[in-house]
Amino acid sequence: MSATLTVDDPTLLGFAEEVGETGPVAIVGGQTRWDIGGESAGEPRLLRAPEGIVDYKPEEMTVQVRAGTTVADLHVALAEKGQRTALPDRGGTVGGALAVGENDIRALGRGRVRESLLQVRYVSAEGRIVSSGGPTVKNVSGFDLPRLMVGSLGTLGCIAEVILRTNPIPAVSRWLHADRVDAGTTFDGLLHPSAVLTDGSGTWVQLEGHGADVDQQASILQTLGSFTEVDGPPVLPEHRWSLSPSEAGAFPASDGDLAFVAAIGLGLVFADAPQPLRRLDPAVTLINERMKQNFDPTGRLNPGRDAGRK
Amino acid sequence: MVLSKLRELAGGSKDESSGDPFVDALRNALSADRVKYDGAHRSLHSHDASVFDGGNSGPVVYPETTAEVQAVVCLANEHQRNVVPRGAGTGLAGGAIPLGVPVVVAVTKMNAILEVDEANSIAWVEPGVINLDLTRHLAPLGYHFAPDPSSQQVCTVGGNVANNSGGPHCLAYGVTNAHVMAMEIVLPSGDAVMLGGLDAEPQGFDLRGVFVGSEGTLGIVTKIAVRITKNRPAVRTLLMAFDDVRDAANTVSDVIADGIVPAAMEVMDKAITAAVENYVGAGYPTDAAAVLLAEVDGLDSGVDIDADRIAEIGRANNATDVRLAGSDEERMLLWKGRKTAFGAVAQIAPDYYLHDTVVPRSALADVLDQIYAISDKYELLIMNVFHAGDGNLHPLIVFDGRDEGVLDRVHAAGGEIITASLDAGGVLSGEHGIGVEKQKYMDRMFTDDDLDHQNRLRQAFDPGCRTNPGKVIPSGHSCADIQSLRSVPKEVWG
Ligand SMILES: Cc1cc2nc3c(=O)[nH]c(=O)nc-3n(C[C@H](O)[C@H](O)[C@H](O)COP(=O)(O)OP(=O)(O)OC[C@H]3O[C@@H](n4cnc5c(N)ncnc54)[C@H](O)[C@@H]3O)c2cc1C
Ligand SMILES: Cc1cc2nc3c(=O)[nH]c(=O)nc-3n(C[C@H](O)[C@H](O)[C@H](O)COP(=O)(O)OP(=O)(O)OC[C@H]3O[C@@H](n4cnc5c(N)ncnc54)[C@H](O)[C@@H]3O)c2cc1C
Repeated sequence: MSATLTVDDPTLLGFAEEVGETGPVAIVGGQTRWDIGGESAGEPRLLRAPEGIVDYKPEEMTVQVRAGTTVADLHVALAEKGQRTALPDRGGTVGGALAVGENDIRALGRGRVRESLLQVRYVSAEGRIVSSGGPTVKNVSGFDLPRLMVGSLGTLGCIAEVILRTNPIPAVSRWLHADRVDAGTTFDGLLHPSAVLTDGSGTWVQLEGHGADVDQQASILQTLGSFTEVDGPPVLPEHRWSLSPSEAGAFPASDGDLAFVAAIGLGLVFADAPQPLRRLDPAVTLINERMKQNFDPTGRLNPGRDAGRK
Repeated sequence: MVLSKLRELAGGSKDESSGDPFVDALRNALSADRVKYDGAHRSLHSHDASVFDGGNSGPVVYPETTAEVQAVVCLANEHQRNVVPRGAGTGLAGGAIPLGVPVVVAVTKMNAILEVDEANSIAWVEPGVINLDLTRHLAPLGYHFAPDPSSQQVCTVGGNVANNSGGPHCLAYGVTNAHVMAMEIVLPSGDAVMLGGLDAEPQGFDLRGVFVGSEGTLGIVTKIAVRITKNRPAVRTLLMAFDDVRDAANTVSDVIADGIVPAAMEVMDKAITAAVENYVGAGYPTDAAAVLLAEVDGLDSGVDIDADRIAEIGRANNATDVRLAGSDEERMLLWKGRKTAFGAVAQIAPDYYLHDTVVPRSALADVLDQIYAISDKYELLIMNVFHAGDGNLHPLIVFDGRDEGVLDRVHAAGGEIITASLDAGGVLSGEHGIGVEKQKYMDRMFTDDDLDHQNRLRQAFDPGCRTNPGKVIPSGHSCADIQSLRSVPKEVWG
């Protein structure tokens, strides 16, 4: 092992020491999704991940950032160079957004959270700093721990620092809205819109790109209905449902007066009632349990939470 | 190629009885003609497209259904034998090379495109489907499968999944991982499970994401829901020539710095360009030190804006010629040249060793300089044709294996290329994987703790390390692998 691989950054070492080797711990981000994945148990010590941007390389479209940085602060810094990331910006932290793994409702335009993580550094249950992935935009060197960390709710490791893929903010972004148009037909008529949302009566579309392209797509919209310019998406109901794109397009499956906003082509739905708990195949649950056992034998990382109960 | 040879042999050779109870059990479970254990089959399946020897195949089986794959895995467990999944055998890191005399599960007969589901923008396919066959099947519907490795005429979608393969057009669209929604897997236990799902955010750990790129060590994929990508109405392909390969490399990093993510950006240096021109006559300039192929796609106005800007950046970096493909035919021909580059090399020397590292795009020019110096030092011809947009280098060492001591020089030069890439802030592999090729370099990129955690991931799927043992993680870090390799019954297939 070459000496340069050992992490000697005092901030990360300090965080590893805080996490330590014993006793239940949980990382607190912006607490915007604090209750997801079941009740916290065992009164864990609550810690915060380090903060700050370590290295931003706009010309590589990558940014190295501490997990405790807020997504908002990160995006302000990136916007200065005309870039952004796939992470949703709803008041949370980089580490929280990755640990939760939920996509932005405009993911068709800005990418999926799980594809934006290039390298992760986390503190293990044994208090060790573990790195996986790499700083380049393409990489298949070894097993893919970054993918494992996204959506793991901090139950396998405490995310300390990451390298994220950034992408350019398009020259133009417009939201348009119309009543009484079919959202599915609208989606099919466009070439990769950034978002097509419907609440069952109205349809919202986000178009992004070069001005002329956006104008061209907007003129297609005018052939489908009387779309008018709006400021942004509608207010989203509280509960998040994960469905296939075809199910989301036909939401709600049964009659009822559920208020909802469905993201067409993506499969996300926000509704005012929670999604019935989905059941995992027992053989898959077994791998999940073994994974947890292998990474956190004493169950000290974010006890009570379960990525299978999101 | 490998596949046609394989097909020829599948019909051709006569099996002899070995008296091995494992083979008998396999024949009972499948059918006798789909369990091969003659010398020709075993020898063919002891290799892939890499230069690595040292493989030793046990019986080779050709299952046709998931249930048959499960039966094979269960029998292997019962008989304490290892299992190695195999697609077309085009892997370049030795991933499909059988270690520990395993049963080789060749999925090439599981090659049906099961369903195209436009409402969910996916297609369900079996793992043995050839990459290009899928895109051809989708073409009339206006879609394609975005990962387009140069080997796409022969490699399988299952192999693409296992290696998380890339291709020229993965720059904007992402590598295989971004195009797999769900998969049916036969686990090392013999259970068949679905990983991932068609829903936006499947619950539990992202086992789908973890499986992609795991090089056949976590189980056998038997069915895949791949994302299908709508064909773009407008495409512009630019060919730029440069007198210095550094200028081509700098153009690539300046384009990205300018905020443009083209569909593809590929560079070929003078030696490979000459070989390709000779081979297919794609219309590349042969007097240039490097050519850059850049493609943008989308809507008409936007692609014109981007193509103009890329041309401008190229000229600012001293491009001697900038040409926009005037027709679809010309565009296809330019790509044909790029994609047959490796075939073209066969005219120059009988053997080649294709490397695969990634460096930050801004380091491309410097690392290329070092590669040319390594070429001089070892007196080896090294050609460069690479996915420049992602910083993914593919130095191609051409040689004649009959030359005394040449392989030592080839390996030494390769080692220096890897070192130069890592020193520039790069990584070991962009798309070919670790396999057996780069195991010994893993501790140059990862600490003991890092490797220990990779091993924990692996063992959550395969506690006994019976699926493709001896790969990816260096042996010192994976005791269970060593055990499973040692536990092979001595008396059979020594
Ligand atoms: C009103 C509202 C609307 C929202 N809308 C959307 C939306 O439209 N789209 C969307 O995608 N998201 C949405 N979110 C979710 C939210 O913005 C993200 O998921 C968020 O980034 C979570 O980050 P956090 O820092 O608040 O995490 P927290 O809530 O603090 O933590 C969440 C979980 O992650 C763990 N965790 C946090 N940091 C780490 C770390 N460094 N290492 C390991 N584990 C860690 C915590 O222990 C906890 O279990 C919304 C949230 C709110 C409040
Ligand atoms: C000329 C040439 C050009 C190439 N160009 C590229 C390129 O541009 N980009 C690129 O990424 N690669 C390229 N490759 C490498 C190779 O073609 C890819 O890695 C390809 O995806 C391998 O597919 P295969 O079907 O041949 O797999 P194999 O070589 O048979 O197997 C590869 C690995 O996948 C595993 N595997 C196969 N099938 C399954 C299954 N069903 N379930 C689980 N594991 C399985 C094997 O165990 C092995 O570890 C090239 C190779 C050649 C020879």
